[in-house]
Parts: sequence; structure tokens; C-alpha cells
Amino acid sequence: MPITTVKSAYLKGFADGAPFIVVIIPFASLFGLIATEAGLNVWEALTFSVVVIAGAAQFTALQLMQENAPTIVVLASALAVNLRMAMYSAALTPWIGSAPLWQRALAAYLTVDQSYVVSVAEYERRPEMSVPERMGYFFGAVTPIIPLWYGFTVVGAFLGARVPESWALDFAIPITFLAMIAPMFRTLAHVVAAFVAVVASLLTVLVPYSLGIILAGAAGMIAGAATEKWMERRHG
Amino acid sequence: MVDQTTLWIVIIGLGIGSFFLRFVFTGFVGDRAMPAWLLRHLRYTAVAVLPALVAPQVLWPAANDGNPEPARMAAAAVTLTVGLITKNVLAAIGAGAVTLYGLLWLLG
Repeated sequence: MPITTVKSAYLKGFADGAPFIVVIIPFASLFGLIATEAGLNVWEALTFSVVVIAGAAQFTALQLMQENAPTIVVLASALAVNLRMAMYSAALTPWIGSAPLWQRALAAYLTVDQSYVVSVAEYERRPEMSVPERMGYFFGAVTPIIPLWYGFTVVGAFLGARVPESWALDFAIPITFLAMIAPMFRTLAHVVAAFVAVVASLLTVLVPYSLGIILAGAAGMIAGAATEKWMERRHG
Repeated sequence: MVDQTTLWIVIIGLGIGSFFLRFVFTGFVGDRAMPAWLLRHLRYTAVAVLPALVAPQVLWPAANDGNPEPARMAAAAVTLTVGLITKNVLAAIGAGAVTLYGLLWLLG
């Protein structure tokens, strides 16, 4: 594999990951800030972000620890919030499964919503990409995101409670996710999948440990797959 | 305040658990072929999981004590609409942020 194509895939990934800078900064800062409010010092907040790199799960864990939930409940809930990472892992496997083990392990550590979504969208758009190019693209996409996730956890921890609630940093993630999924509605099946998932998640919002998200996600995936099959049969 | 022992058990446990979840297919399945029905479902992972994650936060944001809040709902609608039309992530985020702050300020 010529180095140049891998390098250009890396740069393309970097460019496609760059827009997330504007939301990772407030989101990471918010984590650092809330972590210090919960009594963590800067070092503990940073370690949390480096070891786990999963915003939603980290927020869940912090909140439950503050409520003095049993440790096992904290772990189970935060991991349930992160169960979607196993779905992402499965969805990435057909594309990068034949890469060297160390690259897959590194990619696994760096699998977050943004890197997964951006990469799979590109892989689907350009199925002719080689596996090294796909890995290059993936690592490119995380390059502008992950260091900022670490860095702004520290900034947020230092700023502490000086950031007012009126900045509405809590909404950085819903906005990012909506912006990420909008370009993915290519077929009726995608629309049906999202619609069913939304309805299911609203119906299961009281299911404990955020397991409603997994149930709703699974319902949406089943609906999407069924619609795809139905469309295939209709068009022969 | 969070207890130190609990904190470190959670950080380490969550780190190991999260890595396992992320590695379970890419690492252990690798280049073995997965059945067609499974791949068909996996194609809808992102469009199902992310809306499921976001929907309750849009309708019942924790920052507003779980009550519906017009600025956040409008920001979500604008982000999605601009994203659908432009297919540009940054434009959608920008439009959503402008809507959110504009309305929060107006409704202050």
C-alpha cells in the first residue's frame, strides 16, 4: 500500500473530524467542571477522561457516585450507557476487521460516537478504500478530537464553578449527535430506524440504568433492517 | 463528595469495561465473516442509537429539571433541519447553537 494514499486518508479523516472541535471543547470542559464540583481534583478528572473517554458514561458515573449509589450500580449503569460502543465495534468490524491486532486495539480505545459515525459514513461512501486507508482515516478523525477531550477536561476542572449554568453546555452533545445523523438519512430504511428508535426511547425512558437506549437502539436497528428487506423485495 | 476508593474502582472498572465493549467485535471477531442478517442490522446502528440517546434529552432536559424547554427543542429542530438540507455537520451545529443561545437570550 503506497504511503501517500494512507496519508491522504489520514488527512481526509482529520478534516472530517475537525468540525467536532467546537462541541468537544464545551463538553469536555463541562465534565471537568462537574467533576471538580463532585470533589475530584484535576488529576483525578483527567485520569477519568483518559482511561474511559466516554462522555455520557462519565457523567452517569459521576452523578451516581454523588448520590452514593453502590459501586456495582455505578459501574453497571455507566457500562450500560456505553453498551452502544459494542454495537459500534460490531459495525466497524466488517470494514477494519483484517487490520493488525494492535491497530484494532488502538481503534477500540478510540471508538467514540464521533469517530465511529464519521468513519463508517466515509467507508460506505467509498467502499473501494483499502484497510490501511480506512485505519488511516479513522486515526485521522480522532486526532483533532481526543487530545481536546483530555485537555479541556483539565481546563474545565481549573475553571471549576466559574462557568455559569446559563451557558447551556449540557446541550452541546444533543446538537452534535443531531448534526451527525442528519446526513445519514439516505433511504427510507434509515428514516424508519431513527423514528422507531426515538419512539422506543421515549417509551422506555423510565427503564433503569439507561438500558432503554439499548432497547430502543435495537428496536430501531430491527426496524431499519426489516424495511431494507421489504424495499429489496418490492424492487425485486 | 465522592469517596476515594469508590472513585478509583469506578475509573479503573469503567476503563476496562469500556475497552472490552469497544474491542469485543473488532478484536475478537476480526476478519471472520459475519452473517448477512447481522450486517443488515448493523447498518442501522448509528441512525438508531444516537436518536434514541438524544430524544429524551431534547424533550425532557435535565438542565431544566426534566421539563420541556422551548429553546432546546427549537435548537434540536433547527440542527436536524439544517443538517438534512446542507449535509454539513458544522453548519448544522452552528445553526443549532445560534438558535439555542438566541432563544435562551430572548426568553431569558
